[in-house]
Amino acid sequence: MTYAWLVPGLPLLGAIINGIFGRFLPRKLVGFIACALVAGSFGVSVAVFLQIMRLPAADRHVTNLLYNWIFAGSFRAEMSILIDPLSLLMMLVVTGVGLLIHIYSTGYMGHDEGFSRFFTYMNLFVASMLILVMASNYLLMFVGWELVGICSFLLISFWYHKPEAVAAGRKAFITTRIGDVGFTLGVILIYLTFGTLAFDPAFAAAAGVAKASIIVITTLLFIGAIGKSAQIPLYVWLPDAMEGPTPVSALIHAATMVTAGVYLIARSSPMFIQVPEVMTLVATVGAVTALFAATIALVNNDIKRVLAYSTISQIGLMFVGVGVGAFAAGLFHLMTHAFFKALLFLGAGSVMHALDGDTDMRAMGGLKPKMPVTYWTMLIAALAIAGIPPLSGFFSKDEILLGAYSSGHPVIYALGLATSLLTAFYMFRLFFKTFHGERKMSQERWEHAHESPRSMTAPLVLLAIGAAFAGVVGIPEFLGAHGASWANIIGRFLAPAIAVGEHPAVSTTLAYTLMAAAIAVGVIGLATAWYFYIVKPGTAAKMAERAPAVYSTLVNKYWVDELYNAVFVRPGKAFAAFLWKFVDSVIIDGTVNGLARAVGGLSIIGRRIETGYIRNYALAIFLGAIILVGYLVIGR
Amino acid sequence: MKDYILSILIFLPIAAGLVTLLIPRRHDALIRWFTLLASLATFALSVPLFFWFNSRTAAFQFEEFRPWVQILPRIVDGATQYAINYHLGIDGISLMLVLLATFLTPVAMLASWRGITERAREFYFTLLLLEGAMLGVLLSLDLILFYVFWDAMLIPMYFLIGVWGSGNRVYASIKFFIYTLVGSLLMLAGIVYLGLTSPAGVTFDVVELARAGVPYGLQYWLFLAFGLAFAIKVPIFPFHTWLPDAHTEAPTAGSVILAGVLLKMGAYGFLRFCLPLFPEASVTFAPLMATLGVIGIIYGALVAYVQPDMKRLVAYSSVSHLGFVVLGIFAFNMEGIQGALIVMVAHGLATGALFLCVGMIYDRRHTRMLADFGGVWRVMPAFGALFMIASLASLGLPGLSNFPGEFLVIVGAFAAKGWLFAFLAASGVVFAAVYVLWLFGRVMQGPTENPDVKTMRDLSVRELFVLAPVALFIVLLGLLPGPMLARTSQSAHALVQTIKQAQIRVRADLQSAPEKASRDLRSHTEQETKR
Repeated sequence: MTYAWLVPGLPLLGAIINGIFGRFLPRKLVGFIACALVAGSFGVSVAVFLQIMRLPAADRHVTNLLYNWIFAGSFRAEMSILIDPLSLLMMLVVTGVGLLIHIYSTGYMGHDEGFSRFFTYMNLFVASMLILVMASNYLLMFVGWELVGICSFLLISFWYHKPEAVAAGRKAFITTRIGDVGFTLGVILIYLTFGTLAFDPAFAAAAGVAKASIIVITTLLFIGAIGKSAQIPLYVWLPDAMEGPTPVSALIHAATMVTAGVYLIARSSPMFIQVPEVMTLVATVGAVTALFAATIALVNNDIKRVLAYSTISQIGLMFVGVGVGAFAAGLFHLMTHAFFKALLFLGAGSVMHALDGDTDMRAMGGLKPKMPVTYWTMLIAALAIAGIPPLSGFFSKDEILLGAYSSGHPVIYALGLATSLLTAFYMFRLFFKTFHGERKMSQERWEHAHESPRSMTAPLVLLAIGAAFAGVVGIPEFLGAHGASWANIIGRFLAPAIAVGEHPAVSTTLAYTLMAAAIAVGVIGLATAWYFYIVKPGTAAKMAERAPAVYSTLVNKYWVDELYNAVFVRPGKAFAAFLWKFVDSVIIDGTVNGLARAVGGLSIIGRRIETGYIRNYALAIFLGAIILVGYLVIGR
Repeated sequence: MKDYILSILIFLPIAAGLVTLLIPRRHDALIRWFTLLASLATFALSVPLFFWFNSRTAAFQFEEFRPWVQILPRIVDGATQYAINYHLGIDGISLMLVLLATFLTPVAMLASWRGITERAREFYFTLLLLEGAMLGVLLSLDLILFYVFWDAMLIPMYFLIGVWGSGNRVYASIKFFIYTLVGSLLMLAGIVYLGLTSPAGVTFDVVELARAGVPYGLQYWLFLAFGLAFAIKVPIFPFHTWLPDAHTEAPTAGSVILAGVLLKMGAYGFLRFCLPLFPEASVTFAPLMATLGVIGIIYGALVAYVQPDMKRLVAYSSVSHLGFVVLGIFAFNMEGIQGALIVMVAHGLATGALFLCVGMIYDRRHTRMLADFGGVWRVMPAFGALFMIASLASLGLPGLSNFPGEFLVIVGAFAAKGWLFAFLAASGVVFAAVYVLWLFGRVMQGPTENPDVKTMRDLSVRELFVLAPVALFIVLLGLLPGPMLARTSQSAHALVQTIKQAQIRVRADLQSAPEKASRDLRSHTEQETKR
C-alpha cells in the first residue's frame, strides 16, 4: 500500500495546478481537474480498502514512512501515514462525500468569478482533511488540523468583498485556534510523557503511565476537539461560517473540519478509556451542546443557520457516543451524518439557487412542485436526521443513546433523547416552511424558481441513497441472531482500530424499549411540526408571544456572541491599545527620550565651562593642580 | 578556493561596492545590474558552503587564521601568538544565517530597482557594504574583528534609514544609532576587559577564550555588558522601541535586511558569545531571559494588532517572533536551540517577504496606512497569493517555514521551563493569527471601494522575481527542515553540553553557600591588583 500517499497527494496536486494556472484555464477544465483528482483520491481509497480487507482483521494496520520531517535531540516527527479501519472509514467518507460536493459545486459556482480560486481551496481542504485522518503521529495530524482551519478561513471568507464574510472567516480560524492551544500543549505533553509522537508506541506505553498525566493529556486534546468540532464554549464560529458559499458549508459540516474532533478522540481511544473522568466530561459537554444548539435551531429563520446549529447539536451527539465509550457508534453517526448533512446543505443550496440566494425561510414556502428532486431528497435527509426508521440516522443515533443509557449515564441519555425530539421538530419546521404551506416569495421570484441543473441534482440523489441506506452497516445485533454476518458490520470493522472499554451487558428488552422511545420522540417531533406549520399555521407565533423572554433568548442565541465581545474581544483590544499608547510610548520611549534629553541638558551645562577664555582655563588648570598636589601631600 | 571562501564572501561585496563608486552616476542601469550581479555572485559562492559543510562536527569549518594586529605576543605551544588575529570560521550556528544574508541582499536590491532613484549609486554601495559587514559579524572568531564588523554594520544601516527613509527618518535613524551604540560600547568595554584578563593570557580569540573559561564572578558582569548589546539588537522587551521607528522609516530594502538579518545578530551573539563564554552566568540569567522572551511574544503580538500602519504592525510582529528565539535559546535544550535557529531563518524569510509586500503596495500608493486599503485582492491576485503565503508563514501555519521552529521552541520551553511558559508561548500563536488575519483582511479583503485601490497594478515580472524565490524557500523550509536541522544539530548539541556542565557547577555552587561566589570574585580582583 505504498501508493496510499496519493490519497492526500492527488487533491493537493489539484490545488497546486489550479492555484497557479487556474486563472488562465477555461472553467470546464478547472472544474474537471478538481473533480477528477478528488475522484482519483476516492478511487485510491477504495483500492486501499479492498486491499486491506483481504488481510486478517488483526493485520489491518499499515504504516508508510515518507520521510523524517522534524528532528531535534530525541524529538522526532515523521511524514508518515497510517492505514487502519479508522483512517479508512474517514478516507472513504471524506473523498466520497467530498467528491459529490465537488461535482455539485461545478454547477453551483458555475458563474462565480472566483471559480478557479474556489476549487483550489476546495481541493486543498480535502487534502488537508486527508492528512489529518491519515497521519500516523500527532504532529502530522496537527498539520492537517491547522491546514483544515486555514482552508475554512479561506472558504468562509471566499466572497471577500463582503465584510461579514471576512469577519466570519477570521472568527472561524481564531476561535478554533484557541482550542489549538490545548491541542499543541497536549501533543507536547505526549512527547514529554511517552518520548514519541507516533500513535502506536505512545498507546503501547499509555498503560504504564501515571493516570494524572493521561488525564491532563486527554483533557488538552479534548480542548482542541472542542474548538474544531464547534462545541460549547467554542461553537460560536460555526453559525457565522454560513457566510461562505453553500458547498463550503456542506464540506465543513459533513466531510471535513468539524468531524475532526470526534476522529481525534476516537483515534486517541487507548488513552481516553483509561480515564473515565475525562470520558464523562466529553459526554457531558457533548450532551449539553447537543441540547443547547437544538434549542437555538428551533426559532432561527435562516435555512443555513438552522442547519449549522443542527450540526453543532449532532456533533454533540457524536461526542456523547465517544464519551460513553461507544466509539463505533460515534463514528457510525459521523458517517451517516456526513450523508444526510451534506444532502441537507446541498438541498438548501439548491433552494437558494432557485431563489436568487435568499436564505430567509420566512420568504419561502410551497416550493414542492417547483423542485421535485430537491424536495424528495431533502425529505429523505430530514427523515434520516429525525431518526425515523429505517433511515440511516435512526440506527446511528439509537446506538449512541443505547450506549449512553447502558453505560450508566441516565442524565446524558435524557439530554440526548430530548435533543432527538427537538431535532425532529426543527428539521421538519425547516422542511415545511420551505416546501409546503403558503408561498411567501414575490410572484416574480416564484415564476423564476426552477429545479437545479443535473450537475447539482445528481449528487443530491446519490447522497439521498447514502442517507437512506447507510444504516445497514450498523444494524444492531439484538435485532438478529448474535454474530450474524449482516449485523453491526461497522462495529466489527472498526474493532481492531479502537480501544474498547468494559461492555455492560444490555438485555434485549432494554434495547427494544430504548429503540421504541427513540422512534416515539422522532414521530412526536415530526407530528408537532406538522401541526404547527401545516395544520394550524400561526401556532408558533402565538407561542412566541406567550413566552417573549424565552423566545428572545433563543432568537438572540442566548447572547453568547455579545457576551464574548464584551468580555474578551473589546477588553483585549483595549488592553493592546493600552500597551501601545502607554507602556510603549509613554513609559519606555519616555525613558529613552528622557535620557536623551538629560544628556542634552548636561551638555548645555558642560558647554558653559567651555568659555574660550584662556584665563578661565588657566584658572581651572591651577585649581586642578592644587587639588592634585593637596591629595598627594595629605592623602598619603 | 575552499581555503579562502569566507574571506571572499566578506570582501567580494565590499570590493564590488567600492568599484560601484567609480561608475559615473549617470549610468544608473549599469550600477543596478553591476551591484545585483555582485550580490548574486556572493550568494552563488555561499551556496556550496551548504553542501561542503560537514554536519558531523561542532568544530569550526573553513577556518582562516592570520596574525592581524601584532601586539601583546605570548607563547602558545612553543609558537608566538598575538592577541588580535584575523580569525574566521563557520559552524552550524552561523551557516544558515550566512546563507540568509547572502540570499536576502540581492532580493532587497531587486526590490529597490524602481523605488530608489535619488543617489542610487550610494544606495547600492551602502547595501553591499552592509552585506560585507553582516557576513563579517557572522564569520569572525576574534572579538576585536567581530566588534569592528559589528559597528561597521551600524553605519550603513544608519544611512539607509537617514538618507533614503521616509517622513520621520532623522528621529528614527538617530534613535536606532544611539540605542544600538549604547549597547555596543558597553560590549566593547566587556571585550577589552575579557581579552586582557583571560586565564589563557591576553587574547581575543573566541575559541581560546571559551576553552580557557571565564571566572564565574566576572561572567556575571560580562554577560550583562554583552547581553545588553545583543538584547537591544534582538530586540528583547523592553529594549525594542527603536525597532518600529526604524522599520517604519527605512526604505523597503532597509526593512528587509533589518528584519531579515540584522535582528538575528542579537540572537546570534547570545549563541556565539554569551552561552559558550559565560555559561554559568547564562544559567543564572536564564529565568529572566526566558521571561522577557515570553513577554516579548505576547506583548509584540498584542501591540501589533492595534497598529494603524502596516510597517509598524510587521515590526511589532518581529518583536513577537524574536521572543520565540530568545525563549528557545534560554531553554538550553536541543529542541529549544534548534527551534530558535529555525525561527531565526524562518522569520528572515517570512517577515522579509511581508516587508517586501508592504513595500510593493507602498510603491503604488505611497501610503502604509491600513485604512487606505481594502479589497486589493481583486486588482492584484498574484500578489495576493504570495502575500498570503508570507502571512500564513508568519502566523505559524504547519507546512510553512515558521512552524517547525516555533513548535520546537514551545517543546523546549515546556521541557525546560514548565507548562506556563509553553502555554504563554502557544497563546502567542493565537495572537499571531489575530494580527496577521487582521492585516491580510484589512488590506486584501473587503470591498474594493477606494478608487486609488482600483487602479493598482498586479505584480510586474521583476516583482515576481523578488517575491517568488522567498515564497519558495518559505515552503521548502516548512516541508523539509531536515537538511537545516542536520547541519545545526552538532553545534546545538555542543552548546547544550556546555550549558549542562555549567548547570551542574552552578547547582553545586548554590549548595556550597553563596559566599563561594563572592570568594571567587574576591580572588579574582586580588589577582587583578597583583598585576
